[in-house]
Amino acid sequence: MRFMIIKGNEEEQIRLLRKHYPKGNYFMQGDEAIAFGALFAGCRFYAGYPITPASEIAETMARELPKVKGYYIQMEDEIGSIAAVVGASWTGLKSMTATSGPGFSLMQENLGLGIMTETPLVLVDVQRSGPSTGQATKGAQGDFFQARWGTHGDHPIIAISPLSVEDSFWETIRAFNLSEKLRIPVVLLADGVIGHTREQIRIPDPEEVEILYRKLPKNEEEARFPFGDVHGDLIPPMPLFGKGYFTHVTGSTHKESGMRDVYTPEVHDRLVRRLHRKIEEHKDEILKWEEHYTDDAEILVVSWGVSSRPSLGAVLKARKEGIKAGLFVPKTVHPFPERRMRELGKRVNTILVPEMNLGQVILEVQRHVNDEVFVKGVNKIGGVPLTVEEVFREIKAASSAERSRHRSAD
Amino acid sequence: MMDMGMEKQIQSKYDMINYLRKEALPSPLCPGCGGGTVLNAFANAVDQLGIDPKDLVLVSGIGCSAWIASPHFLADTLHTTHGRAIAYATGVKVGLPDKKVVVISGDGDLAGIGGNHLLHAARRNIDITVILVNNFIYGMTGGQVAPTTPFGAFTTTTPYRNVEHPLQISEVIAAAGASYVARWTTAHVFQLIDSIKKAMNTKGFALVEVISQCPVQFGRRNRMKTPGEMIKWFLKNSVPVSKAKKMNPEELEGKFIIGEFIKRERAELVEELNKLIEEVSGGET
Repeated sequence: MRFMIIKGNEEEQIRLLRKHYPKGNYFMQGDEAIAFGALFAGCRFYAGYPITPASEIAETMARELPKVKGYYIQMEDEIGSIAAVVGASWTGLKSMTATSGPGFSLMQENLGLGIMTETPLVLVDVQRSGPSTGQATKGAQGDFFQARWGTHGDHPIIAISPLSVEDSFWETIRAFNLSEKLRIPVVLLADGVIGHTREQIRIPDPEEVEILYRKLPKNEEEARFPFGDVHGDLIPPMPLFGKGYFTHVTGSTHKESGMRDVYTPEVHDRLVRRLHRKIEEHKDEILKWEEHYTDDAEILVVSWGVSSRPSLGAVLKARKEGIKAGLFVPKTVHPFPERRMRELGKRVNTILVPEMNLGQVILEVQRHVNDEVFVKGVNKIGGVPLTVEEVFREIKAASSAERSRHRSAD
Repeated sequence: MMDMGMEKQIQSKYDMINYLRKEALPSPLCPGCGGGTVLNAFANAVDQLGIDPKDLVLVSGIGCSAWIASPHFLADTLHTTHGRAIAYATGVKVGLPDKKVVVISGDGDLAGIGGNHLLHAARRNIDITVILVNNFIYGMTGGQVAPTTPFGAFTTTTPYRNVEHPLQISEVIAAAGASYVARWTTAHVFQLIDSIKKAMNTKGFALVEVISQCPVQFGRRNRMKTPGEMIKWFLKNSVPVSKAKKMNPEELEGKFIIGEFIKRERAELVEELNKLIEEVSGGET
């Protein structure tokens, strides 16, 4: 099963997608690409609240969802939006909400319930400049750690950061697939720059897109354990509401049956550790990154999201000047691709980390490389993206420093 | 484990045990709590309406009253965060338009922290039944003042007296656009059952507010140590809607207006959404 819809069937859905979005080249914003990615991934429920720079996602979903027999509802706030998304997901609808910084802050408590109840959903945070209202219309990359630790308590999370408008389409589909397969909320950590940039994207035929749907219980017996590792893969099948299973779902600590037990230490330990292990043991499927010129790189640039684009330009420019620079771009940012980061960190002396914040991903990088490696942030805030020249200048400076170090060693 | 004598008594009265998750018993509610009366009235209404529990989804928030149906009632149950039950239920109802979606929770949960969701669900007129158990107090956290606590009442956070005015929930939600609104007390059980039945048969947003006793956290701090004293207080001060219309605000101070506040037909959200989807997508495939 690829789609879960209230009316019609899968063939009809494919027909509707083909009819309304024939394959070919389109020119659109990152926000719109996220919405179209969601439609192709089978999302048929959207609840949201307007906020810059994410409103175009809501507008696109409001316009397009009814065409493919999906539901759009504008809630009274972001808290209600993600709550409705969790509720709809338990009825079997693939569900999404989208917001930006202030709304992302409001969603954190119910995101926690989504994690605790292993509810598939996609939460898009089109990052803008904070703290607080900040620069509402300007892009930023300041929510890296909010995506990881925004909700309270020990919890795993998956967060994905797209690099371009076309990437936004495909990474949204990947966000849904991971969320459905692993029964966990996935945060799409987009940003206001790409969200509002228009680029060409190729919309594929629906048959070209791999789409996953959550595992359902095969029988009554399996349905008795909505939170039990009944298949040995740490992913419980999901007994949806309305099927007569009498499913009990609670944000409180619960046993495999779903029944609350907040008094037995082992029950809490078993549940929360399984939630973590579920992500840890499926890491190979979750992690994704891009590498450019890393084979012989002496200076490594580690960047993500929108900042990876001027970073690539700067690396190309450095190569033309004979500087051995390389680029590592995590696209799954949580969990962080730490093993690959460690391998690359062993080969270089200098790592530069360009990002639109005052230093967040750099802390992940530092965690995974030796003290001898010189790690430096290339940080810019204020709403204007980094330029090729700004990143290149840092690569060049690092290269000169390397040379003088070599000379003094000679 | 449950006392056998009690099980027999429940069965002989309403066969209520058939509607409960046995593994969730005994109830965590204090002796004398009005929550049991509400659960009884709800189960009885479901029984009388002949609703298969497989066609029910119960959603609740946080607090004592959220426990009335979840996990005790044997149906799909979603126990959510504080104040957000109606927002969760909105997503459930959109996905399961043919099921009965019922929210049972307390005054602090639904009208305090979650007041905005209550207001907007009524405005949208989504086909959800809300049974709001109003005991004037935050019971589970130890008896703090609530947005429904009577003026002048004593609580752990109004040790000298409450200087705020209570919210009149039913009146507000009737004005906000609900299709059905009624208020009763736990002393009016048969009227309560009747209103729950009407609410569940209403196509649209329905609110049944139940004034309920919390002798432990509210009563004993306000010279009503026993459930009986509180029930007597409800009976003495209840005024039917029709009579209340002829009374002035001073006369109504400290009274409980009981009865049906509104009963009307109005376009319902999920039906309208489905109509819209048919219009936009239909005939084109």
